Formats: sequence, structure tokens, C-alpha cells
Amino acid sequence: MTITERDRHYVSTTLSEARVNLEIETDGMTLNLGPQHPATHGTLRIIVKLDGEQVVACEVGAGYMHRGYEKLCEVRTYPQVTTLINRIDWLSHFANEVPFILAAEQLMGIEAPPRAQYIRTIFHEMARLGNITLFLGEMGLQLGAMTATFYAFRDREHVLNLLEAVTGGRFHPNFDRIGGLKDDLPKGWVDECHAVMKKIRGFCDEMEDLVMGNEIFQVRTRGIGIIPKHIALSYGLTGANARASGVDLDLRRDDKDIAMAWKHADFKVWTHPDGDSFARYWVRLQEVRESTYIIDQLLDGLPAGPIMAKVPRIIKVPAGEAYVQTENPLGWMGFYVVSKGDLGPFRVKIRTASFNNTSVIPWVCRGLYVPDVITVLASLYFILGDIDR
Amino acid sequence: MSSADTDAPVAEAPTDERRDALVARVQAKLGAGVVETHVIPGVDAWVRVTRDAWADAAQVMTDLGFTFFDYLSAIDWYPNIHGKNEEPPTNPIVVPATSAELEHGVTGGETRFQLIARVYSPEEKIGLHLKADLPDDDLAAPTWSRVYFGADWHEREVWEMFGIDFRGHRNLAHLYLPGDFEGHPLRKDFPLLARHVKPWPGLVDVEAMPGEPDEDEDATEGGEGE
Amino acid sequence: MIPVLAELAYWQQSALKVVGVLAAVLVPAGAFVQLFLFKMVSHLQSRLGPMEAGPHGSLQALAEITKFIQKEDIVPARADRFVFKMAPFIVFVTVPLIYFAVPWGPDALFSNIDAGVFYVLAVSSVSVIGVLIAGWASANKYSLMGAIRAAGQLIAYELPMVLAVVGVVIQAGTMNLQGIVVMQAEGEIFGFDAIGNPFFLTQLVGFVVFLIAMQAELTQTPFDMPVAESELVTGYMTEYSGLRFLLFFLAEFAAVGAFGAVASTLWLGGWYLPGLDIDANYMNLVGPAILFGKILFIAFLVFWVRFTYPRFREDQLQAFAWKWLIPISLVNIVATGVFKVVF
Repeated sequence: MTITERDRHYVSTTLSEARVNLEIETDGMTLNLGPQHPATHGTLRIIVKLDGEQVVACEVGAGYMHRGYEKLCEVRTYPQVTTLINRIDWLSHFANEVPFILAAEQLMGIEAPPRAQYIRTIFHEMARLGNITLFLGEMGLQLGAMTATFYAFRDREHVLNLLEAVTGGRFHPNFDRIGGLKDDLPKGWVDECHAVMKKIRGFCDEMEDLVMGNEIFQVRTRGIGIIPKHIALSYGLTGANARASGVDLDLRRDDKDIAMAWKHADFKVWTHPDGDSFARYWVRLQEVRESTYIIDQLLDGLPAGPIMAKVPRIIKVPAGEAYVQTENPLGWMGFYVVSKGDLGPFRVKIRTASFNNTSVIPWVCRGLYVPDVITVLASLYFILGDIDR
Repeated sequence: MSSADTDAPVAEAPTDERRDALVARVQAKLGAGVVETHVIPGVDAWVRVTRDAWADAAQVMTDLGFTFFDYLSAIDWYPNIHGKNEEPPTNPIVVPATSAELEHGVTGGETRFQLIARVYSPEEKIGLHLKADLPDDDLAAPTWSRVYFGADWHEREVWEMFGIDFRGHRNLAHLYLPGDFEGHPLRKDFPLLARHVKPWPGLVDVEAMPGEPDEDEDATEGGEGE
Repeated sequence: MIPVLAELAYWQQSALKVVGVLAAVLVPAGAFVQLFLFKMVSHLQSRLGPMEAGPHGSLQALAEITKFIQKEDIVPARADRFVFKMAPFIVFVTVPLIYFAVPWGPDALFSNIDAGVFYVLAVSSVSVIGVLIAGWASANKYSLMGAIRAAGQLIAYELPMVLAVVGVVIQAGTMNLQGIVVMQAEGEIFGFDAIGNPFFLTQLVGFVVFLIAMQAELTQTPFDMPVAESELVTGYMTEYSGLRFLLFFLAEFAAVGAFGAVASTLWLGGWYLPGLDIDANYMNLVGPAILFGKILFIAFLVFWVRFTYPRFREDQLQAFAWKWLIPISLVNIVATGVFKVVF
């Protein structure tokens, strides 16, 4: 199965007769993975046309969770939108709001005070921890090693407890405001956070041993679902999916202008040249460790000061267009906000990471076996709310 | 993101040499295809091209090293029929007569629908927005999916949400909506039925709305319902 | 005890044996479900497991069995009714047939089959038919895929199992299971006879191969492609619910016990422990307890591996059997034969 033949020509040809709403009567079996299926993380439908156990063609049927975010954002005020978009990628709760709030602040011409920027970055990284630790355990589950999931949930609890201590919410903290944050950190939280970071590093070591070091895991993931670099760029893959294909893109390091505190931390961007499922797991594991180091550095350098800029009580954002992207746990999340000077946005285009990450599935799954399709789905790691908005 | 940008990659004066140079390169390659450009120093850059140059624009950007596809979408510049967010929607739905009085955003525009796309250069770590006007009577554009494969799904979504046809697309079928759905939801004249059925209880309390932004010292969030 | 039983009529003896073997099947099955599936896996995964039913959740298995029994009997509309209903019974019936051949004490046998090893291996492969027809008759693509995977896997892994056992047979010189136990009890290793000659020392390679093949025959992870939960939902058992699913479920766990009994008898010395009197009458009571302990040990290994490892892909699974296990067991046979003749 060479890779070089499968590129532009493949897209130009009719890649599959399996349109979403038609039945296929050709030889070979058509199998529906989903919308209810243990392997897809939510209601995603993958239609594969099989020849024995090998996939001949594949089509993705998304949209079972489409909630009409972009239309809803047009009839909300800016703070109300903030509450709404928290739920796009529900596992990285805090990180969803950050690009939108930064876009609104950019249009208003204000910047959150430094302390707020640091704490925002810390919470953004903690969202990453909560999200990716789940992935580390759950990929084992998709492959059959169910024990890893429980370890992941056990250690993720520490992060969620920290979050609850500050914001009161484990899953949707709703802590970010236009101009800063809702509250300051409680006393003693910084030391607890340091301790939890050590625990997460221990968890990473455990996963490295238990899952990544397992020979069967390696044999199931190495060389499976290889995405070459130019395909990753052309489809717009972001996050660990792109970095595992050798694409050296990380907005935390590359975007120097963003009003967050990543420029004050010294961290490494992990890439892997292989582009297979093992590389995607490996990159995410290293990223979790790196996140703990970032949080440690930011906690040590936390400046004193206010946590909220001077914003009016009723927020009216001046006219203009702004686009802000951040390196969210799943990839790049961006909000293109068009404002006409009202209380709410005129148009919001939400660029989600999983949308692009999922669009590559038909390309990748051609020629794989059914179990490998599961491996690829698990390693691409999307959240349904992120795909379907 | 304020204009006094000391972390900008180039100068601290409010000019952005990198983005200006980039826009100039695009203009050089597309020539008459470029209608208008806009650069916010240290922030972002937009280039508006004609619809005929839209297909070439994709190839030009790839040749310039912008191989990363970010997104492709559209903007409908009709005013919001649901009022300015805090007013109840108009019943029946009132759609403005002509496109002439529409206000457009950065880089202007002449039509109701505008395509917007963003591409990014992984080497230069810089992105560019491209816009194109689409005439009302011929709501179509050439596809980008042969050059940027990711545009495949984005164009499907734009087609089903706005009704914009993409010529040359391999499979312009519904992505999010059920197969027999009628209408194009993200158009401004497509009603958000929930708002017509009953007023949304999360309306902002507007009685204290000042003429100028209220410089209150208690900087809390602005009215989150109730 | 046994002399008393010998005076009953043949039909009465057979009836007692059937009841006894059903007990022998169900008791380990229930014990394994409760002990390993509920408690051991939970503690391995740093959680407590079921805690409500009975003290510390110890009656959970009973609760689950009762729940399954009282469920509605659903047969899919397009399924082949007779075949669909027959499949669980086929799978379930093979398990007591294995228990019949295993000796539990010097006289506590259900039957003393001369070609015991041959009988056990032959009977254990009948369950493949049950799995196949379960998948086919379900009229469900997932079940069909699971059944076809199962057929390939179960047949492929019978070969290493048989070949591993051949090594033991060569060393013991008999296919009679009771004879093998006696050989292990009374044998000696190069003149050292304090612990007899338990074959897991001299036949270690064969033992390991048998354990791996056994894991595959029981469709436990890492060989649980037929039941790959995150792909095929439950594979060939997807359409089964209620009592029929209970039969599959119990058959799976009872089979763990059955194969564990066979493995203990062939390699670990069966119902005998070094130091005990092999012919004494009390061994008829102590022997089953000893054998049950050994079965528990082997089952523990099976489930420990099951809950830790991810699963093989089907072709990797087959490659593992054909390229690794079979050549290794063939080498083992050759080595055993050479050693047997030379020493």
C-alpha cells in the first residue's frame, strides 16, 4: 500500500458511491459504523464498503449533533455567546471560550491584565490535560485494553478537582469573561496545582509503560493510518494529528501576538515523522507532560494584579472583523467574529479542529481493515460537538 | 491586540511589513483579480478578489507556500431579521429590497453574499484571509477542493447553509442537515423558529443601556440572562 | 463414599454423574464470574466493583443470573429461528463434556476414558460450530463478521493446543488423564523424586504454548476479535439476550474452568500435591479441592492477561499462531521425543 499514489487523483475520482442517503447494491458488504456504536465517540456514522474485512470505500455521515451554533450566535449577546460556545468541544471546556473572548477583546481594543492572561493560559492548559489524559486511556479501550481508561479517569479527577476548587464547575467552568476572569484563585491553590502536575506526570509514565510499551498496542498502531505531511496540510489537520505527521505547527509557540501567557513559558513542541496512529498517541503523551511543565512555569511566574480589565457593564463591541485562533487540545479552534457595533455579533464563523480532522477519514481508511478503521478513528480523536457544532 | 504592538515580528510602528509584503505578492500574482486589500498591523490581513479570480487564487496561494487550509465559509450581509439581538424578531420576516444599502466589513463588498477563506503558511507562520463577492443572480463559485482537499467539507457546508453552488465539487450533498431539508439555514432570511415561537428569556436587561459605553467601576459580565 | 455409589444401578450412577458434572460446570463458572469478572478486574482497575448485592457485592453473580433468566425471549425477525435457538446449547454442551474426562481424585472420576486427551481435544472444538451458526443465524452483519473471525481463530489455535499436548503425551506415555496424573505424581526428574515430575517443569514450552492457545480458544483478549467490543458490539452474541445470552456467558466462563482443569491435569499435576498419599480414600475429597485451587490459579492468569492487553487484529492473530506457536510447539515435540528416547 504505497502512499504516493493516493493523493490528488484520489480526491478527483469518485471516491465512493456510498452517498449518505442511498443504499449500495454492488458486491461487497456495506457496514454502518454508527451512529450508535462504541467506537465512535458520539453519534458519528461511518459507512464503509467492505471486501471481506478490507475497506474499499468509506464515507462519513456527520451532523447528528448539529446544533446550529453559528445561527444561534447571531441572536445572542457576547457574554451569552460565551456560555454557549463552551459546549462545542465539551471536553476542553475552558479552551472553547478563549478564542472568542480574545476576538471580542481585539475588536474592543482592550487586553486582559497580565494576571488574567496567565491564569487563562493555565486553565487552557488544564483543559488540555483533562482532555488528553482521557484520550490516553480511551485509545487503549478502543483497542481492547480497558484498564487504561480507568486509570485515566482516576488521574483526571485531580485536574477536575482543581478546576472545581476555583470555578465551581468540573465540566463547564464558565469562568472566562470579556476583559478577564470571573474570580481570582483561592489561597493554596497554586501549591495544590504543583502537586497535581506531579501526579499527571506519573500518570504519563504509567501510560507509557502500560499502553505505549505494550507490544500488541504497537503492532496494532504502527504503520496504521499513515497521513503524509502534504495531505495533513491540505486537509487542514491541526493539533497532534498534524504534528504526528511531521508538520511543525503549534500556535502557542508560533503566534507571538496573542494575548495569552505562552510566550512567558519555555516549552518544546513535539513532532513525529511517521504519521501513523502510534505517532499520534506518542505526540499526545509528550504533550501532556509538556503541558504540566508549562503550568508549573506559569504558576511560578504568576504576576499580581487585577484579574479584570475596565469593561462596561453592557458590552458593545465596535464594528469590525476579527479572527483569533488558539491551540486547543483537539487542534486549532478559531472564531471569525463579524461585528456591527451591536450587543451581539453579526456573524460568527467557528472553525473547529475536529471538522478538518474528521474530513480526512475517507482518505485514510481506504484499504485498511475494519479493526484498523477503529484504530484510526481512535487516534484521530475528535469530539462530536466539535465536528457538528 | 492593541495597536502599540511591541511583540510584532517586524517593527513597533503601526505598519506590518510582513503582511504588507505578503499582500503585495498576492497582488502581483493575481493582478486585476484583486479588488481590495486590508491589513491591520500586527493582527491580520484580508484580500478581496473577484469571483473569476477565486479559482486562481487557490493555486496562487499554494504556490506562494500557503499550503495549509484553514477554513472556507461565507457571510450574508443582510441585516439580522431577528433584530439587534435584544429586540424580538419581526413578524412577518422582512427582507431588505436591494443589496445596495448593505454595510460590509473590512475590504468592503458589493453583494449580499461573500465567500471568505483563510490559508496559512507553515513556514512563514502567517495567515491570509481571502474574500470574494458573489452576484445575487448567480450564486456560484469555482471549487477549491482540487487544490485544498480540506475545502471539500467546508464547501459542502457552505452550500447547504447558504445555497452557494461550487462548480467542480465532487459531491455537493448535505453534510449536517437531513437529506430532504429545504432552505438554507444560515441565510439571514431563514427564520430561527424558536425565536418566533416565544421570546427568549435570556434577553438583556436594557433599561440601563447608556448612550456611551458605561464606564462602571464594577466590571462584571454584561447581563447573563434573568 | 465411592464404594457406596458403586452399588447403584447404572442409570442411577449416570444420573448422579450428570448432576455432578453440571455442578462441576456451574460452580466454577459462577465463581469465576463473581471473583474475577467483578472483583478482580475492578481492583485491577482501581475501583471497587459491584458492592450492592450481598456483603461487599458477593452475590452479584447470583443477581445477574437471576436477571438474565427472567428476561424476554427475543428472536430477530429475519433470523433463522431453529438454528438461532440451537446455537447457545451447542456451545454450552461441549463444556460439561470436557469436565467428564477430567479426574478429580483417585476414584472420583466421571469416566475413565483411555484416550482421554484425544477425547478432550476433539470435544472442545465442537463449540466452533455453535459460534458459527450463532453468527450466521442472527441476520446481522456484525454477528456474521464476528462468527467468521471466530471460525478462523478457533480453528487456527487448535493446532498449537494439540501440538503442545502431544509433548505431554510423549513424556507420559499415555493418553489417559488419570494415568498422566499418576505419572506426574510418581515420576522423577533425572533421579530427583521428591516432588514427582510435574510436567510444567520439563514441558514449560508446551505449557506456555497451551496457555496462549487456550486464551485464544476462549476468545479472551488479546484474542477476542470475535467479540471485539469496541467494533462489533458483541460479535456473534449481539442478537442474543436473556437466557440464551446467559448460556453463552456461562459457557465462556465454564470453558475457562474446563480448560484450566485440563491444563492443571496435564501440566500442574492434577488433583495431586506432592507429599500426599496417592491412593488414600480421603484424596477423593481433598483432590477436587486441590484441583479447584489449580483451576483458580490458571483462571487468574487468563483474566489477568485479558484485562491488561489490547487485542490483536485478525491477521496478526493468525500470523502469530502459524508463524510462532506452531513451529515452537513442533520443536518442543521433537525435543521431547529426543529426550524421551535418550534419557
